[in-house]
Amino acid sequence: MELIFKKLAQISASLLFVILAATTIVLYLSAKPAIQEFGAGFLFESRWGVEETKNVSEVVPNQELVVDGEDADDFMEDEDDFIDDEDFVTDDDTESETNDSEIIYGALVPIIGTIFSTLIAMLFSIPIAMGIAVFLSEIASATLAKPISIAIELLASIPSIIYGMWGLFYFGPFIADIFGGNTVSLLVAGLVLGVMVIPFMAALSRDAIGTVPDMLKESAYAMGATKLEVIKDVVFPYAKSGIIGSIILSFGRALGETMAVAFVIGGVYQFVGKVTDPTNSIPVVLANSFAESSGLSLSVLFYLALVLFVMSFMVIVVAKHYLLRRK
Amino acid sequence: MRLIMNRLFIIFSTLAAVVGLFFLGWILYTLCAKGLAGLSLQVFTHDLIDGGLRNVIVGQLIMSGVATIIGIPVGMMAGIYLQEYGGNSKLTEFIRDLSDVMMSAPSIVVGTFVYAIIVIPTGHTSGWAGVLALFILMVPIIVRTTDDMLKLVPIELREAGMAIGASKYHVTMNIVIRYAREGIMTGILLAFARVVGETAPLLYTSGSSEFWSTDLTSTFPSLTVSIYNLATMPDEEMVQLGWTGAFLLTAMVLIINLIGRYANNKQRR
Amino acid sequence: MKNMMDVQDLTFTYSGAPAPSLQNISLPVEKNKVTALIGPSGCGKSTLLRAMNRIHDLYPGHQYDGVINLLDSDKKGYTDILTLKSEAEMIRLRQRVGMIFQKPTPFPMTIFENIAYGLRLSGVKKRAALQDVVEQSLHDAALWNEVKDRLNDDARGLSGGQQQRLCIARAIALKPEVILFDEPTSALDPISTLAIEEMISELREKYSICIVTHNMQQAARISDYTGFMYLGEMIEYGQTDNIFMKPSKKQTEDYISGRFG
Repeated sequence: MELIFKKLAQISASLLFVILAATTIVLYLSAKPAIQEFGAGFLFESRWGVEETKNVSEVVPNQELVVDGEDADDFMEDEDDFIDDEDFVTDDDTESETNDSEIIYGALVPIIGTIFSTLIAMLFSIPIAMGIAVFLSEIASATLAKPISIAIELLASIPSIIYGMWGLFYFGPFIADIFGGNTVSLLVAGLVLGVMVIPFMAALSRDAIGTVPDMLKESAYAMGATKLEVIKDVVFPYAKSGIIGSIILSFGRALGETMAVAFVIGGVYQFVGKVTDPTNSIPVVLANSFAESSGLSLSVLFYLALVLFVMSFMVIVVAKHYLLRRK
Repeated sequence: MRLIMNRLFIIFSTLAAVVGLFFLGWILYTLCAKGLAGLSLQVFTHDLIDGGLRNVIVGQLIMSGVATIIGIPVGMMAGIYLQEYGGNSKLTEFIRDLSDVMMSAPSIVVGTFVYAIIVIPTGHTSGWAGVLALFILMVPIIVRTTDDMLKLVPIELREAGMAIGASKYHVTMNIVIRYAREGIMTGILLAFARVVGETAPLLYTSGSSEFWSTDLTSTFPSLTVSIYNLATMPDEEMVQLGWTGAFLLTAMVLIINLIGRYANNKQRR
Repeated sequence: MKNMMDVQDLTFTYSGAPAPSLQNISLPVEKNKVTALIGPSGCGKSTLLRAMNRIHDLYPGHQYDGVINLLDSDKKGYTDILTLKSEAEMIRLRQRVGMIFQKPTPFPMTIFENIAYGLRLSGVKKRAALQDVVEQSLHDAALWNEVKDRLNDDARGLSGGQQQRLCIARAIALKPEVILFDEPTSALDPISTLAIEEMISELREKYSICIVTHNMQQAARISDYTGFMYLGEMIEYGQTDNIFMKPSKKQTEDYISGRFG
């Protein structure tokens, strides 16, 4: 019994390793055809699903799959267009090899879209989340702080799809009214992501600030410091690693988020000229096109998933680095 | 000057809190206003094909439930290994790191993995594929909770158990786990709440069905995937049903969270 | 005027508490003397100390009644610190009445910056001026020799006893008139405790000191005056020798002879 139990525990623990290793390997193997086809240039190629005839240099096909002029007000239609095009492309797949032409896939648009929407989310959420954290731990009275803290923690658990829906139907039009442009855009996606991570980041930061001993704060006040000075000089430096950790974890969450973004980014392969233009992000590409892909176009999606996996892996490594230093 | 800066700072923080809470309140208000508008008995008695949500709610609960039932022993055993058997070796630290990496992996990537290993070979989406995706998301959370909760069990308790001649297995199962039971239960509830609201990993693993089904080997009804589909339909009524689903989903998640929180508080007293 | 501070008839009630924690307390803090407060835990001695720089006011809703007089800087009269309201006045008060806590509280910055912190707050910017004060304060706190080569190290790397002396140096860098010690040695080992006690004895030449201690021997060793508190009341106050040798109240005698507390 004793031995079986120990073995079972060991097996369970190693299962974690197996799953993670299997994920990496399976993603890599599935992505292999695409990796061999496009190599690292995939990351810097902006075209997606565009047919290019070989031996003809610098063919300038219409770079965007979706016609530029088409308004994204009703983006579902766009999405349908896009899927249709994809189908068309995949049907073409077999022909293309005999025809001396190939279909170019590049990840640059969704990579840029992912990074920028995450950055906008961070720019928006960091000041607000820090404000909430400071308000809860240093400004509000206990009778006010407690219910708000609980509310914030509960809000952090709301499924991300809810944020996406709200973004599509309410927040997107609201932003479009203020900044102009489309109701689905990079800006809306970034802001919805920001709203989504606010409770998460605020709760983690408040916990980090909560570890600052009262006596330490009191001794700064006892030297005649104001609240701002106590927070700036004592509280933040003391809780620095925890706060940075919370920001990085939120960054990771926003980076890999699918549903909050899928509704509001537009899902079009198009570089953004303005932040109010629609574009695409890696998780959204994956969510929208998986079921309709096969062959090389499917392999390309696995390549994208691998890229996203590596990106989030790097984020967690950095986060661990910071959180470890606290110990 | 110092005092003015201080005033401004306090005003800014308070304002930030108000703005943040305003957005979150806005979301909740929208959810309630739109969700309650479409709430009727029909939602619970009819399947999606007939304009209700019965099959997708049950489907979502079945998938999350099965994932939890498989996830609990695996996650807890792994957590027990880390605390009780692993010691402070490099290996345990490595496994902890792996668990954290898994916990932060984008859920859509987990979906692609399951797609590759189940959906492609079998040729169709299935409930089991959805279960596996949710299981993978859930295990690291349970590992973490178990690990953290067992860490709080005083070492003396283990030594006392060993001292009266109990085996490690007995000490772990009868003393350590019992001591940490409420905390682990809370963690599992929260993990369940987390996966029950997942959409991305189910999109092309379980897919979703409009019909009643309890057969996990075929495409399976999912509430979250249905919400996504409904919300992006041009038909007003469908969108309304999507909001109702979103309301029910959120209510479910929040209630589970509150139960977990309540249990945890009770234990602390 | 030899009283630096004078607490008169102070009654203090914590926010939301049904009954006051301090009742009709009177206590003089004489200039350049060490006044000790002793009593069993929960008797209100720390509460009283924390009223004397109004650090209680960081948390809203507490209720003061009575008078706490502090000698004005020009030594011509007294101001009741309980009448202070504006933030600026509170800051000024805390610069004049320093405080040392139960545990060392080094700020998360370098040793130098810890001590210069209070001066920087009050607007001193010149490096040379800061340097002088830092060195002088560290000398006064008997810490200079130990840290002079690592002023730019993180203060949290010091030992507990060193940290507490750093906090004292930090307080005296502001040239306060009164220093309040709230069980300053309760977290320290006997040797560090001894060093702090010696320092307090020396500090009385420049400052007026009020110290809360749970250690009767400590009060006997370092104080000139002692107040014995019990259940929120000042039972007896007088010269330390008198309190310990011939206490006039039964409760004091019981406590000192170790019969309770």
